[in-house]
Amino acid sequence: MSLKRSTRRRLRDVGAYAALIAVIVVVVATADREAISKNFLDGDTWKGMWPDIILIGAKNTVKYTVIAFAGGIALALLLALMRLSPLRLYRWLATVYIEFFRGLPALVVIIFMALGVPLAFGWTPPGGTIGAGLIALIMVSGAYMAETLRAGIQAVPKGQREAAQSLGMNGFWTMVTVVLPQAVRIVIPPLTNEFILLVKDTSLLTFVGMQADQVELTSFGQQGLINYSNASPLLAIALVYLVISIPASQLVAHLERRQQRAAR
Amino acid sequence: MSTPAIQVSDLHKYFGEHEVLKGIDFHVNQSQVVCVIGPSGSGKSTLLRCVNRLEEPTSGKIFVEGIDITDPEVDLDAVRSRIGMVFQQFNLFPHMNVLDNLCVAQRRVKKRSKSEAVEIARQTLEKVGMADRENTYPAHLSGGQQQRVAIARALSMNPDMMLFDEPTSALDPELVGDVLAVMRDLASEGMTMMVVTHEMGFAREVGDNLVFMDDGVILEEGDPRQVLGDPQHERTKLFLSKVL
Repeated sequence: MSLKRSTRRRLRDVGAYAALIAVIVVVVATADREAISKNFLDGDTWKGMWPDIILIGAKNTVKYTVIAFAGGIALALLLALMRLSPLRLYRWLATVYIEFFRGLPALVVIIFMALGVPLAFGWTPPGGTIGAGLIALIMVSGAYMAETLRAGIQAVPKGQREAAQSLGMNGFWTMVTVVLPQAVRIVIPPLTNEFILLVKDTSLLTFVGMQADQVELTSFGQQGLINYSNASPLLAIALVYLVISIPASQLVAHLERRQQRAAR
Repeated sequence: MSTPAIQVSDLHKYFGEHEVLKGIDFHVNQSQVVCVIGPSGSGKSTLLRCVNRLEEPTSGKIFVEGIDITDPEVDLDAVRSRIGMVFQQFNLFPHMNVLDNLCVAQRRVKKRSKSEAVEIARQTLEKVGMADRENTYPAHLSGGQQQRVAIARALSMNPDMMLFDEPTSALDPELVGDVLAVMRDLASEGMTMMVVTHEMGFAREVGDNLVFMDDGVILEEGDPRQVLGDPQHERTKLFLSKVL
């Protein structure tokens, strides 16, 4: 064939577009549009969910995320400091904890805390099953964030610590006023990512059951599905999740760009 | 003769198998300026860093104003708060403005009130010619300005002595002069100083004593003009012929 290279490329592009259009045509032609609109876009169902989907579902999802994130950070800081401790036992304990909880599905930990612990010890954590589930999320997210924080602390140049020490500052003040503020800046983008993952992980709390006013988005959608015998609630909660998580990941991208600029 | 400001005796330091300091004996008297010169890897920075125990001596004794700082019982933070240190890479705190860089240790270590710390900070900034930059962040200062702020940060603790670890080595040549001028002022006010440097001019003019180190030992020491003008040791001659 003696076609020019640019001509050949154009032909290949046309082929790719044609294939995509063919797939779309087939999907649209074979889709049961009536079933879709009846099951996902049912007007009465959408109206019936309003405003509880926001005032209860989204509110609780955000609330659980914030609680799990705040608790997770506090635990992660403790674990990170233990990982960096001069005492071998502390380093070892932190490593075992982190590897253990990163190796388990979050759902297993949630079920264990909410259902296993009360069954085994006759003790219910504060806040009932939701409280127990949140403790589980804190335990798991703390393990993930500990490694991020440790890396951030270690990324602060050694000279910073030495400068603080040479001024007579003790280990505590060196950490609090000099090392941690710089470490936190370094780890803000990865921690925001962890926050987004937590938004989605709060859906796992669905498994442990909750009271009407404790319902988060996934439970809300699932209950709606049953109550209305209609799948519209699932589409609705999916949209609300996206409204929360897409701006958050845009924020991460923004923070990363800003940090790259600052590093220059 | 009063107690020396710094007295080092039979100091050894190993990094793993490698012996960096091989039995150092020397002292710095009150109000004296001692410059330490020598090729890189000679152990001069390690020696300086042992004096406030940023490096842990392997064996030997170091006395600061008569106090044995190698004693495990010693209050190291208290000792360090009386020894100012200036680093090659400045090591200002990048997340704080100039004023906060000077105040944080005053507040946390000296337990000074905020207003007192700010007042002292402003006085020392005035001294190093940086009074107009107190709200600036380190990233917006030149290397020479950063180093002068770093000197002011150390001075705001009212130290009894100052350690300088190659304070001008990371600077562009045209910025070296301002930093040396500040150090010269400090020396003329009677500050006790130990300076690891490659600035032979400074060592000759300002130094009361010059120490030449090579391969972990002090090969030669004495009056700077004497050591620089008429070195006795072959290795000193060789080194000086390369740097002068």
